[in-house]
Amino acid sequence: MRSALAALLACAALSAAAPLHAQMREAPPIAEDPALEARVMHLSTELRCLVCQNQTLADSNAELAIDLRNQVREQIKAGRSDEQIIDYLTARYGDFVLYRPPVKTTTVLLWAGPFVLLLAGLAGLVLTLRRRARAQAAERAGGVDAAARERAKALLDEPGGRA
Amino acid sequence: MKKFLLPLAVLVVVVGFLGVGLKLNPREVPSPLIGKAAPPFSLPVLHQPAKTVSNTDLKGQVWLLNVWASWCVTCREEHPVLVELARQKVVPIYGLNYKDKSDDAKAWLKQFGDPYVMSLVDEKGRIGIDYGVYGVPETYVIDRDGVIRYKKIGPVTPETVRDKILPLVKQLKG
Repeated sequence: MRSALAALLACAALSAAAPLHAQMREAPPIAEDPALEARVMHLSTELRCLVCQNQTLADSNAELAIDLRNQVREQIKAGRSDEQIIDYLTARYGDFVLYRPPVKTTTVLLWAGPFVLLLAGLAGLVLTLRRRARAQAAERAGGVDAAARERAKALLDEPGGRA
Repeated sequence: MKKFLLPLAVLVVVVGFLGVGLKLNPREVPSPLIGKAAPPFSLPVLHQPAKTVSNTDLKGQVWLLNVWASWCVTCREEHPVLVELARQKVVPIYGLNYKDKSDDAKAWLKQFGDPYVMSLVDEKGRIGIDYGVYGVPETYVIDRDGVIRYKKIGPVTPETVRDKILPLVKQLKG
């Protein structure tokens, strides 16, 4: 009983200490200027981490991402605009660093592709529906043509048929 | 039969795209720096920390800049290739020791051999950012005018040396 209680206490102590410990390890000097930090984070969500390529700079904890965030922070402090900072990074890492690729001749397909596919799909749908409606209308109008009628009759009248 | 032609054609096109996609390496981000002047630097020399060397000191020759670090596992894989290339004395190789501890770096060179004319120390990785480094090792070929002509991301292999670096160096020198 006593050992169980001790274990419980130890668990409680650990769980109380763990988040504190994590905070101590992770807390960079954020609080200095929340507005600055908000801008760094906002800009970082627009930028791609080049190491773990499906993450933004804001999400990534790769060392390069931390360095690049520091660069962004320094440059904001130095009074540079968002465009200037983005230019700084694209000059070094190319358009790939942008999470939202710019519209250019090389990226037209990327941007327009989904819409082209959507239009093609819609066009296909409309055509199919129209064709089907026409076929149904023809049927309703008794529009089975004479030749087909003749063939059906021949089949029905066939002597020795299964029926 | 005709009914299947269109889906089959679509399938063939999709398979074609996927096939090409398999061969592409998403890690290789084309560098915007090719054809541009190598970004300026002025950095201490690994073995003579009191001395600094800048990019203008290296103008007038075709040279390689190899970004390496002692913590980088792939650099070990690439290192014998660089040692062999240095032995041929066709083109000088300068190292950029990226975000490393100088003592570790020196020990590493002692252990594996030093192919570099000198290694420059980029302790904070700032120059690395200027060069668009995102995965060590990276290697640049820089011409007489200080223009970056080629960039290899990842380890330099004997094939890279034979098919890319040596022909390019020859052309730039010629």
